[in-house]
Amino acid sequence: MAEKSGADILVEALCDLGVEVIFGYPGGAVLPIYDAIFRSKRIRHILVRHEQAATHAAEGYARSTGKPGVVLVTSGPGATNAVTGITDALMDSIPMVVITGQVATHLIGSDAFQEADTVGITRHCTKHNYLVKDPAVLGSIVHEAFHIATSGRPGPVVIDIPKDVQVATARYAKPGPIQHKTYRPPVKADRGEIEQLVDMLAAAERPIFYTGGGVINSGPAASQLLRELAKVTGAPVTSTLMGLGAFPASSPQWLGMLGMHGTYEANLAMNQADLIVAIGARFDDRVTGRLDAFSPNSRKVHIDVDRSSMNKTVRIDLPILADAGHAMEDMLRIWKSRQHPKPDIAEWWRRIDGWRAVKSLDFPENGKEIMPQRAIKALWEATHAKAPIITTEVGQHQMWAAQHFGFESPNKWLTSGGLGTMGYGLPAAIGAQLGNPNALVIDIAGEASIQMNIQELGTATQYRLPVKIFILNNEYMGMVRQWQELTYESRYSESYSDALPDFVKLAEAYGWKGIRIERPDQLDAGIAEMLAYDGPVIVDCRVAKLANCFPMIPSGAAHTDMILQATEVSGIMDDEAKALV
Amino acid sequence: MTKSVHIKEETAERHTLAVIVDNEPGILARIAGLFTARGYNIESLTVSEITADKQVSRITIVTSASPATLEQIVAQLDRLVPVHRVHDLTAEGDHVERELALVKVRGTGDHRIEALRLADVYRARVVDATTSSFVFEVTGSIEKIDKFVELMGEVGLIEVARTGIVAISRGREAA
Repeated sequence: MAEKSGADILVEALCDLGVEVIFGYPGGAVLPIYDAIFRSKRIRHILVRHEQAATHAAEGYARSTGKPGVVLVTSGPGATNAVTGITDALMDSIPMVVITGQVATHLIGSDAFQEADTVGITRHCTKHNYLVKDPAVLGSIVHEAFHIATSGRPGPVVIDIPKDVQVATARYAKPGPIQHKTYRPPVKADRGEIEQLVDMLAAAERPIFYTGGGVINSGPAASQLLRELAKVTGAPVTSTLMGLGAFPASSPQWLGMLGMHGTYEANLAMNQADLIVAIGARFDDRVTGRLDAFSPNSRKVHIDVDRSSMNKTVRIDLPILADAGHAMEDMLRIWKSRQHPKPDIAEWWRRIDGWRAVKSLDFPENGKEIMPQRAIKALWEATHAKAPIITTEVGQHQMWAAQHFGFESPNKWLTSGGLGTMGYGLPAAIGAQLGNPNALVIDIAGEASIQMNIQELGTATQYRLPVKIFILNNEYMGMVRQWQELTYESRYSESYSDALPDFVKLAEAYGWKGIRIERPDQLDAGIAEMLAYDGPVIVDCRVAKLANCFPMIPSGAAHTDMILQATEVSGIMDDEAKALV
Repeated sequence: MTKSVHIKEETAERHTLAVIVDNEPGILARIAGLFTARGYNIESLTVSEITADKQVSRITIVTSASPATLEQIVAQLDRLVPVHRVHDLTAEGDHVERELALVKVRGTGDHRIEALRLADVYRARVVDATTSSFVFEVTGSIEKIDKFVELMGEVGLIEVARTGIVAISRGREAA
């Protein structure tokens, strides 16, 4: 067997792993790899305009296809620019492999040109990382990296490859199935624990399923199992931001999202439940609110593939270490084999219906301005039949999209949940469009967030990706302004979006179509025009400037202390609560 | 008047952990960094290769934390890719803890004799001597070494080098 250069080994290993698309940006320390890609012609490389966007595009690709996203960047600034997206993928459990160039091994530690301690910098924002010092081990490391990134709780893995290792030669053979020495992610649950859970579910008077991104990460089958589980138990279902789409929003058992901007019925049901079954969710502070008041009278079961997520913030009565899909499959089998009848929880549903009657997602309208919630609803009306993939940036528009855009299936909702990264949506939409060429992909954005990776308009143009950006333009960093109204007596410190570009002209400058919507009567026509255009479109939708996102649980408050409408906003908050933001 | 905000402190328990890891570059930084990144504290950390092929290392960590945080520390360590297993020796039962110290003492005349006498009581060995100084090697529990160092302070302590704690469970099972 002939020896190959490290760069050729890398490309061949990626091909063996089924990689079709790489998002990247060339530079000095990855030139041998770029040449290997050029020669091999087997991998499609997407040239972004900034390395952060490469990572978010890879996240969008991964989240929408279920396949790992792959990134290739150079040393130094290439790697440091990728750190935000790597951290984002860690927080949201997105499978991603990031290949970074490094200066030659003999230069490491000498402050060489474009040298950064990439493994040091990314040690705590990756699931695992490697510095490869020998091309002979490169192939097996690449295979191991994909195994780690995609199994258990998925996450980002960085492979740092010095330039001389890319050039030096060694043998490569496709390795067999990986038997890792130390890394053994859990898959199947303990049968006794599942039996105990089934007993608890059958006996519960006020059960609720609280699901998260783990259900989506477990694959499309897990979402089907969740639907079946909800059907046989009759229990209500709520989910985190990351879990939207695993359960259909059109189901009468769907309570909407829970947490800080969740629905009244979801949060009150969590508060009053006697049994919470958490599946692939991690009791984030945005979900629990004040911990000592979180669901005080329930027993809590937590199914998760990550042991460190259990008992982290909330004490769990029955932790079940397993993949969400496998655990639900076992639950269903045991439930059916015991021939449990559907539990009678009519009284529980009566109470939930009472909370639903509050209609916590209602919003006031005056007919003169476009309410942002109305714009989202109109977008849903016009597109839901096409099962679009929705990405978002971070802020009010993100929460309105989560509240008002109903998702029916998984892998259609791509948003930065844990890290809350502004600038995520456009590159994520680009990645999703590449993975799903025939899908309608829309980035619901804010005018502030979209500017954080606005340079990626050029990427979409270059690859003829017909992504749509729908900007809810209120000329504010709206969520910051909302917090300032709530907490700092409306002192709008630096939250006004001044000197905005003309988004229509900007779109045209990049070869996109630009549409501006200013009045409620233009909304439906503007959206129709966007959908009719066969190519990328920016819609600059001018919405009510001071609209706020409700309902809301202020920081440091309990689920029962929800603010439903703006009239309930007090304007000041004590220091204890400020510190919790 | 608004109430001023202070950082709350939890009651902490002192636990000794044994972390068996694959001996790869950066593993110590990974573990030490995990402690700083998540705000855990390290009172003592020792690391050494424990297999003939030098593939596996044993890291002994003494930490103080609340019971809930200790459970998190173990879970967080356990999910690091190169970690084989984590034992909370304090929680798992009886174990032996030992530390070694090298203690340099200056002294002439009566001080010199007193230092030697105390060293004998503490079963410390002389590993270096000059006409005006000794280096003692002493092993034992933290408390014993603390006490020995304290006593040497009265007779002419110059400096101390300590290894940190190593620990192993009692009985025939591993850990």
